[in-house]
Amino acid sequence: MSLIVNGDTVAGPDDPRVSLLDHLRETLHLTGTKKGCNQGACGACTVLVDGERILSCLALAVQYDGRAITTIEGLAEAGTLHPLQAAFIEHDGFQCGYCTPGQICSAIGMADEARRGVPSHVTGDLSAAVSLTREEIQERMSGNLCRCGAHNGIIDAIGATSASDLAAEASA
Amino acid sequence: MTPFDYSRATDVADAVRLGTNRDAAFLGGGTNIVDLMRETVARPGRLVDVTGISDAITETEDGGVRIGASVRNTALAADAVIRARYPMLSRAILAGASAQIRNMATVGGNLLQRTRCTYFYDTDGSRCNKRAPGTGCDAREGFNRIHAILGASDACVATHPSDMCVALAALDAVVHVQAPGGARTLAFGDLHRLPGDRPDLDTILEPGELITAIELPPSAIAINSTYRKVRDRASYAFALISVAAALEMDGDRIADVRIAFGGVAHKPWRASKAEAALRGGPATDAAFRAAAAAEFADARPLAHNAFKPELATRSLAAVLADLTKGELA
Repeated sequence: MSLIVNGDTVAGPDDPRVSLLDHLRETLHLTGTKKGCNQGACGACTVLVDGERILSCLALAVQYDGRAITTIEGLAEAGTLHPLQAAFIEHDGFQCGYCTPGQICSAIGMADEARRGVPSHVTGDLSAAVSLTREEIQERMSGNLCRCGAHNGIIDAIGATSASDLAAEASA
Repeated sequence: MTPFDYSRATDVADAVRLGTNRDAAFLGGGTNIVDLMRETVARPGRLVDVTGISDAITETEDGGVRIGASVRNTALAADAVIRARYPMLSRAILAGASAQIRNMATVGGNLLQRTRCTYFYDTDGSRCNKRAPGTGCDAREGFNRIHAILGASDACVATHPSDMCVALAALDAVVHVQAPGGARTLAFGDLHRLPGDRPDLDTILEPGELITAIELPPSAIAINSTYRKVRDRASYAFALISVAAALEMDGDRIADVRIAFGGVAHKPWRASKAEAALRGGPATDAAFRAAAAAEFADARPLAHNAFKPELATRSLAAVLADLTKGELA
């Protein structure tokens, strides 16, 4: 089996027990993706698979044969930060930085979901177009915890970076 | 994690053939079983990946909807037909887990997720009849704030964790199952079991039986429906109490009603007694509370969850008041 990680085709693990997270970190040495709880409760390990955000700690690498994985290392282009990375700096969207790669990958996936019209728990009218209000962003990012408490800066950074720009980046 | 073989099923027949091994387990998104395997609560010798067998959502000839077992939770919640005709199902799914997990999790896997009782997960220090039959239950006399108040047994007080399943119970869904010997259908309410003296068995499925689809019958009442979830934080937490309800008025009387509760029992709890108490009667707060009282007359709260019957009563009254306004508007 093989995976496409940030555009490069790489071999998968020989042992099916290896999570996508451990394969990224331990074998491919892409340590930007973080191991927080390792049980699906914190979101630090969030990566994009074919543009959709998932938790790499609860994913067995073998499940993703042939799929395109994007990690935090795959976002900057030619040394230029992704607009959301720049916005996190501008808006103090982190303190220790451990949850940040997961926050940023999650937010990119979130913007694409909103563009596709996926509703959320706080969406009032299920038939209406999605508008990324602050309340909507808070709910849609609730799977990414920040123990430093930088959530307000995180929401500011995401809100300041237009949803359409993020979605275009994710699908590019 | 115990070693296992992994194989990806190409279709339903392939999945059922691969799943006949005694220690095989079917794998959907993996959001629950991978965690359980890591904790050695689950130790399958083979995982059969069934995420490729059926990911279609199709309208049936009778006006219902058929949902393939590999449909992802996000796709189902976002489906235009589900949002318009079965809003309680979209709402229930969106109340559960996080967006990342909903992107991974399948419909079939959601039905078969295991309890979130902390004693079930605690392999190092706790007795659990669901994890290790016959060892005892440390939840019954332990920290049991999240546990069951209806239908529990001496052996087990765990609750079923799914939000989606509460809506499916209220909607009278039908479960399509494939076994090596043939196919069968189950009423959704018959799929999950009460614990009795076999809490290790969550459902009535036989070993090797595979859920292939869920079917929603046509339902005029479901258009005026919703889901309300009460939990310890505003998002990304399991339910203390949840209510799925649909309401149809005839003038100022309740023509028909559907109610199911989550967070109260070992299975999604269809509230037939509350429904019977409400049909034909007035849509008043007193009637809503009386209906809940009928349903929870048999409740047996534990040391730390005596708040649940009242919380469920208030939640039901609030949901039905909202649906009454929607109907009269």
